[in-house]
Amino acid sequence: MLENMQTRVNADTALVRRGRWVNLSFLLGIDTGDYVVTIAEGKVATVTPRRLATETGCFTIRAARETWEEHWSPMPKRDYHDIWSMLPKGLAKIDGDLLPLMQNLQYFKDVIASQRRKDA
Amino acid sequence: MPEFEPITGRYFTMEVGGKACRIYVEEAGSGIPLVCLHTAGSDARQYRHLLCDKAITDHYRVIAFDLPWHGKSNPPPGFREDEYKLTTDLYKETVMAFCEAYELVDPVVMGCSMGGRVVLHLALEQADYFKGVIALEGSDKLEAYYDLDWLHRPDVHGGEIASAFVSAQVAPQSPDEYRWETLWHYMQGGPGIFKGDLFFYWHDGDFDDRSPLIDTEKCPVYLLSGEYDSSCTPERTEATAARIKGSQATVMEGIGHFPMSENPDLFRSFILPVLDKIRDA
Repeated sequence: MLENMQTRVNADTALVRRGRWVNLSFLLGIDTGDYVVTIAEGKVATVTPRRLATETGCFTIRAARETWEEHWSPMPKRDYHDIWSMLPKGLAKIDGDLLPLMQNLQYFKDVIASQRRKDA
Repeated sequence: MPEFEPITGRYFTMEVGGKACRIYVEEAGSGIPLVCLHTAGSDARQYRHLLCDKAITDHYRVIAFDLPWHGKSNPPPGFREDEYKLTTDLYKETVMAFCEAYELVDPVVMGCSMGGRVVLHLALEQADYFKGVIALEGSDKLEAYYDLDWLHRPDVHGGEIASAFVSAQVAPQSPDEYRWETLWHYMQGGPGIFKGDLFFYWHDGDFDDRSPLIDTEKCPVYLLSGEYDSSCTPERTEATAARIKGSQATVMEGIGHFPMSENPDLFRSFILPVLDKIRDA
């Protein structure tokens, strides 16, 4: 999973422009596995599976694999269509320093939603 | 000359909470007065499609105003000294002051989100005055799910965060043009206004203990909520309808929290039958 994130985000010039002040790593959790996503000036620099406890990020967004798969489907069901809808339903959890997330919330939502499948 | 839309916009001043408030209002059409109340943190531009819909304005005088502190309505003089916080009493007083200033007779009131909540209060307390109420995305109770302080602090852009929070409330099926127009209204809200409105919507306006007292014989209640609404969910709408005997609830598939502005074409297929029913009653 997440293999397309770097290509898709970095090819989206409007998204990169909106995120041009973002320079940080965050964790994206799928089931019990975390990925370290590193952003540099709005571009996805690297996406790597977390191997060490010391590999971490400012904040974490975690959900079950099935939840992300539905979130990334071409037309997600209600409650799965947006991270801010997944939270009140208990389908996702966020932790850590939320300030950079809140300062760039639509950007991060769109970076994660870049994994949405385009096949109808 | 350009081809003008049929909307007329005007300003007037009315007293609310003992203070003079300069109000901006738009209207179109003639017939039964239909007062439209916008969502928390937004303004009456949300109703522009209804105001331009001949199938509605042939029978209804559609009137949509910006609440004080919203859109082109001013905050009251001295606002710098106060933290904006919408209470149930202030909201009801504002709507009634508007209707009285306009000398409306037998109006229908339609509100969305927090507007959908306040119309339920009005259905109980002003049943003799209103011909009917329409609650869009309106339930009698909600549960808060995020910390409102994020909406008003100097290190987070208020407009961007308001928009990013509520973008979850737009259905994925809604056309991009209207999705972003709806969110643009949120980006333009004054500092702390969305937060102040949510004090009513999430905390002060709970009404489930009294909503069963509404007499729908005197004042019909219509509830319409979008499938993708994460706050006034279809389940909360149905629970509200179960408490208000005689109310009529509709879940609008493929719509979110902003039916009239996020997907106006689809919304009219749901609202026209309701307006026809009220007209024929």
